[in-house]
Amino acid sequence: MSVEPIKTIEKADMADIALGGAFLGTGGGGDPYIGKLMAEQALDEHGPVRVADVDEFDDDALIMPVAMMGAPTVMLEKLPKGTEVGTALSSLEAYLGAKADAIFCVEAGGLNSTIPVAVAAATGLPIVDGDGMGRAFPELQMVSMTMHGLKATPMVIADDKGNSIVINAVDNLATEKFARVATVEMGGAALIALYPMRGAEAKKAILRGSMSLIKSIGRIIDAEQAANRNPAQALASELNGIRLFEGRVHDVERRTEGGFARGSCEIVGLGPNDGASITLEFQNEFLIARRANGKPLAMTPDLICLLDLETGQPITTEQIRYGFRVIVFGLPCNPQWRSDHGLELVGPKYFGYELEYQPIEALNG
Amino acid sequence: MYRIGIDVGGTNTDAVIMDGEKLILGVKSPTTQDVTSGIVASLTQVLADSEIATDQIGAVMIGTTHFTNAVVERRRLSKTAAVRLCLPAAECLPPMVDWPDDIRETVGGHYWMAKGGNEFDGREISALDEDELKGIAEAIGKQSIDTIAICSVFSPVNDEMERKARDILAARLPDANFTLSSEIGRLGILERENAAIMNASLRALSAETVEAFGKALESAGLSCPCFITQNDGTLMSAEFVRAYPVLTFASGPTNSMRGASFLTGEENAVVVDVGGTSTDVGSIIKGFPRQASTSVDIGGVRTNFRMPDVFSFALGGGTIIKPEEDQPIGPQSVGYRIHTEGLVFGGKTLTATDVAVGLGMADIGDREPAGSLGKTLLSKMYAIMDEMIVNGVERVRVSPDKIPVLAVGGGSILMQDQVGELPVIKPENFAVANAVGAAIGQISGEVDRIFSLDKTSRDEALETAREEATQKAIAAGAKPDSIEVLDQEDVPLAYLPGNATRIHLKVVGDLDG
Repeated sequence: MSVEPIKTIEKADMADIALGGAFLGTGGGGDPYIGKLMAEQALDEHGPVRVADVDEFDDDALIMPVAMMGAPTVMLEKLPKGTEVGTALSSLEAYLGAKADAIFCVEAGGLNSTIPVAVAAATGLPIVDGDGMGRAFPELQMVSMTMHGLKATPMVIADDKGNSIVINAVDNLATEKFARVATVEMGGAALIALYPMRGAEAKKAILRGSMSLIKSIGRIIDAEQAANRNPAQALASELNGIRLFEGRVHDVERRTEGGFARGSCEIVGLGPNDGASITLEFQNEFLIARRANGKPLAMTPDLICLLDLETGQPITTEQIRYGFRVIVFGLPCNPQWRSDHGLELVGPKYFGYELEYQPIEALNG
Repeated sequence: MYRIGIDVGGTNTDAVIMDGEKLILGVKSPTTQDVTSGIVASLTQVLADSEIATDQIGAVMIGTTHFTNAVVERRRLSKTAAVRLCLPAAECLPPMVDWPDDIRETVGGHYWMAKGGNEFDGREISALDEDELKGIAEAIGKQSIDTIAICSVFSPVNDEMERKARDILAARLPDANFTLSSEIGRLGILERENAAIMNASLRALSAETVEAFGKALESAGLSCPCFITQNDGTLMSAEFVRAYPVLTFASGPTNSMRGASFLTGEENAVVVDVGGTSTDVGSIIKGFPRQASTSVDIGGVRTNFRMPDVFSFALGGGTIIKPEEDQPIGPQSVGYRIHTEGLVFGGKTLTATDVAVGLGMADIGDREPAGSLGKTLLSKMYAIMDEMIVNGVERVRVSPDKIPVLAVGGGSILMQDQVGELPVIKPENFAVANAVGAAIGQISGEVDRIFSLDKTSRDEALETAREEATQKAIAAGAKPDSIEVLDQEDVPLAYLPGNATRIHLKVVGDLDG
């Protein structure tokens, strides 16, 4: 992968980061726009944020991710006060009796790819070049930290009114359930600080290089758009990605199941894929791509991203409609997700698909 | 009774006179600086040519891009005070935070944030604080601002706080005019607030424009009601536009698409409007344009109006063709200079029009210079142009059904009888499609908010939405028994456990009387 490591984030970088974050949202994760504006404002006021490799920290350093939890639709209407993440962070610090040395993004995709930058700028803390998902996933236990046996708690969830709750739970799935209930009571969207960990733990558990990856993806998409080229080719060659399919959205079907916006869309081939068709299945994010004969083309936790064929802009599962001309792009997930424990957390079976996980490279070899 | 439709464009003011469903005739006159005299000229001519008496005219419908242009050109915008009811939430991104500097400066950039607002489920974020608002009224008064936009969090779910705040401010600022965000926008606070502020800043211009329209009708001897078309192709009374000028923002493309649909009698179709430098493609469903689902930039400001989903690409009659290049078609165009620069007109530039003429698809000017380039090369160029049109049409097409393609605009000579597998219809009178689109306007009512499904079923919530939308339409002048649902969609809120769903529903009906 030719990803240039980044050392700082300045205001001018936020457009690329929001674009890369939308891409890694794999169809979900919420629009990074609000987080981008918050980060731009904080960077304007406080200056650039330092991005650090996790190895730069001592083994006993205190590191934790911060994030938004709940419905992005709510946050687009009820904007944050701006101090919630700071409250969550400082409450968790007070509870632990120690100050954080760095923060990071819990998920590299969607709204949560931009929000921590604002916090880093305001607190002066460095941001670790890494995250817990390498993409977007819907639940808070779906992170590499869970794989490494790290607990999400003690966790603090904070709202705009100054309320904050400390959660201690027996496991990360329980944390997700308690936090989800608190989120609703706090108005449908809240901010969180969680997974407090030591430097030594972070060095093992964090998926490395995510901030640099986000920035690279955004930069590639932006440069290719400026040159009037679809970014798929450049993304494929620079990121070991796979251009899975090119076609036109022919049918979209949506339903609600268990609080998830589920659905599928059929894409009929164009150009190199003329005559073929595939189906994408989604639950907020794109999870499975199948050929017409039912054979999988890619599946979670590998990344399935949809790009507009003309503009190269990432398309979310909420936006897809009949007639869109798209490129379906696949990216291998972080190798950690391919372990048994990883697949238990975010593999096809967890989302209710009766499929044995097969890596995207094997399916498209 | 007859109806007159008028389209006030940047170049021409068109007028048509219609008898129910029948187009009697249409005229064109140049748009004038003062707008009024151009409208008077069109009205006078259309009445004279049709020999219809003024007392036979039941209504005049006007479509205008006047207010959009004012925002794009940053002129005639009033100083505006933005008041957001949100605290303690939403403080991090103040009003106008994402506006380009020049337009923020034009409207003054004045804002206040105060306690208030609701949660997604209707709970209060905090109670309205009358003393705080009195203080804000005083501050606004000191700045001598008399145009105010009020935006409360989740006001599309509950608009009570916006209305209360307006009453409190109005009591202290009796000469001020108010725009409430809940009356013009949808969920997504920055976009809705942006729309409200823009609307407020256009109020002075709209008062003046509506008065000018009234005077124009009067000068032409007409005393019938006057309506203005809004974004979705339905009508508002002139008085309504005085208060909500932003609702006209997308009426141009909407009227063109609806006019094309009406002129051909095709209610479900793709409309392709080929101009001199670009082509706009949009879908018509049941006679109305399909709406875009994403945010729309107006003069660099992000809004979430329901705009027609129009896909534009750089291909028009004047598009420059360079056969030797990798991408030989455009995007540059000779634009209006086609009449001197195009090969068929004796110029030296190969344009898209020349390719069509050279291939014998159209008969304009001198075919020889383009024809001499040879059929092979011309066909190769045309194939690329055709592919651009096919792709545009496929992009906006809403179903696999074989619906027709309606070709309008001066550059529609570039289109053959078929786009891909779809048949092409070129309506007569397409030059006045916009004015026809205005003349056939109906009245609508719309609801877009989050419903809690804790105590009601989805069907009951939809019924409530339908009832609210119907009442809005009747209030706006629709004939109650003609009202039907045009558009209905419900989307559950993602990442929250069930129970909350966002319903968007629109009804339309015929104009009463």
